[in-house]
Amino acid sequence: MTEPSKSIIVRVVCSALVPFMQLFALYVITHGHYGPGGGFQGGVILGASIILQRLYLGTEVSHRRFSPQLALILGASGMLIFMLAGLVPMATGGAFLDYGHLPIPGVTGAPLRSLGILIVEIGIAFSVFGTMVLLFDSLAGGKQ
Amino acid sequence: MKWLGIFILGLFFALMIYAAGGLPDRGDPNAPASTHVSPYYIEHTIEETDTPNIVTSVLADYRGYDTLGETIVIFTAGLACMLVLMKRG
Repeated sequence: MTEPSKSIIVRVVCSALVPFMQLFALYVITHGHYGPGGGFQGGVILGASIILQRLYLGTEVSHRRFSPQLALILGASGMLIFMLAGLVPMATGGAFLDYGHLPIPGVTGAPLRSLGILIVEIGIAFSVFGTMVLLFDSLAGGKQ
Repeated sequence: MKWLGIFILGLFFALMIYAAGGLPDRGDPNAPASTHVSPYYIEHTIEETDTPNIVTSVLADYRGYDTLGETIVIFTAGLACMLVLMKRG
C-alpha cells in the first residue's frame, strides 16, 4: 500500500511527467523498425509510467485509474496477439509466425511482413506492460 | 586438500587460456558465426521484410519463435510472482 505524496512539487512534476513518458513509450514501440527500440523497451517505459502514478497518487486513487485486473488482462491479451500473429498464418496456408500469409487486405509481400513485425511488437509491449504493473502491484501489496 | 583445489583451479585456468587462443578474432568476417546465416539476413532484410533495422527484423521475423518464447517466459514469471505474493481473502 502506498500513500499519496504530501509534497505539491512531487505531485505536479509527476503528473506532468506521466503523459510524456507514455507518449515516448509509443514512439519507442513504433520506431523499432527504424532505430533502437521495440516492444520490450516501450512496454517497460509504459509500465514505469503507471508505477510512477502508483507512487505519487497512492494505491487508492491509482487503482481506480488503472486497476490491477486491467494489468492482468493487458498482459494476457498481449500474449494472445502474439499467438494469433503466429497461428492465423497457419490457417491461411503459411508456416507458424509467417507474416507473409496474414489475411490483411491491400498489403502483400514485404510491407505485409513489416506490418506483421509491428503487430508482434505491439503484442510484446502489452505483455511487458502488464507484467511490469503486475509485479509492482504484487510487491506493493493491497487487495488484488 | 586445499592445495589440491588450488592446483586443479590453476589447471583449468591454463586450459581456458590455451583454448581462448583458438577463438576467432573479434569481428572476423571469416569466423564461423559470421559466415552461416548472418550475410543472408544483412543482404535480404530490406527486400524480404521492408524493415531498415536489421535487429528488429531478426528479433521479430526471422527469429520470431525465440521472441515468442521470451515473452511467454516474462509473462509466466509475472504470473508466478502474483500467485506467490498475492494476499488471500
